[in-house]
Amino acid sequence: MTAADITRGRPTGPDPYRVGHSSHGHSRAPGHGEGGPAPKRIVVAYGFWIFLLSDIVMFSAFFAAYAVLQGATAGGPTGAELFDLRITAIETACLLASSFTCGLASLSVEARKPLWFYAAMALTFVFGAAFILLEIREFIELVDKGAGPTRSAFLSAFFTLVGCHGLHVGAGLLWLLTMMAQIFAKGFRPDIVRRFMCFSLFWHALDIIWVALFTVVYLLGAGA
Amino acid sequence: MSGHEHDDYDSAPGDELRMEGDVASGFRSYVLGLGLATLLTVISFALPTTGLVWAPAVPIALVVFAIAQMGVHLVFFLHITTSPDNTNNVLALAFGVLIVFLVIGGSIWIMSHLAHNTMPMDEMMRMQR
Repeated sequence: MTAADITRGRPTGPDPYRVGHSSHGHSRAPGHGEGGPAPKRIVVAYGFWIFLLSDIVMFSAFFAAYAVLQGATAGGPTGAELFDLRITAIETACLLASSFTCGLASLSVEARKPLWFYAAMALTFVFGAAFILLEIREFIELVDKGAGPTRSAFLSAFFTLVGCHGLHVGAGLLWLLTMMAQIFAKGFRPDIVRRFMCFSLFWHALDIIWVALFTVVYLLGAGA
Repeated sequence: MSGHEHDDYDSAPGDELRMEGDVASGFRSYVLGLGLATLLTVISFALPTTGLVWAPAVPIALVVFAIAQMGVHLVFFLHITTSPDNTNNVLALAFGVLIVFLVIGGSIWIMSHLAHNTMPMDEMMRMQR
């Protein structure tokens, strides 16, 4: 690359802003200078992806607190005494099934099939609600047994971590219902489809967090 | 509303790179993901009870299966791939994973040293008496 090339602004060497894109030919990629701004769908979904990752970072702090306080039972019950893995297995199956039906809802949005969309979303809601109800029942049983969040640092960390995930699922269920209502009232408009896309990302991410949760809290907790 | 919602060079997270409207192949991807995730979940739940794995190695095995299942979810449900159109999504994910490992690993590391160097509470009580 010569000084003359630089002053003329001619692209010579490999352009760091085009890493990962085809090296030959002129770039017409939107969001890469000449191509103009990226399509709104990509901007919206990417922004929401960043939010989800920051949400996962927040969960990692709760996971860290739980891992550190796991042994701090203050003479109270341990995880091995409290956890019923059959309930956890059913909860896991519910959330996995709801993640799958949410994927089916994405496909029906893509195919613009309203009836399939409502059916898949209704199934997602049923599985998600079953998960939440099982978790609430588990929490009530623990508190009745005298193993509430005030009993020990271990149980405080447990209720914070699992309860925070439960709150996310509850918020997701409300979002699910509003998405069904919006598609019903406004149809498959591009802005509504973008909102649904963010919802499906959210729902799949919650399932990923649950995988970490049932492994670290329940399976490792019951074994230790 | 913007007219074009897709471009050939970038994929939104969650978007799958395939022919527009090819719902059948999208469906196969979700079914495959569901099957793999179910398999890994069943293995995770069965592992501590069957005794197929040497008992002290069970926690490590559980963590490995959990990470594998998260990978399955990322690939088959969130459609994060290694193709060039996914570079931005993967880089953001990599940064998130880095922070998660720093927070969790760092906390466990520091706190275990702290617990090691701190006098047990009952002993401290006895000294103050």
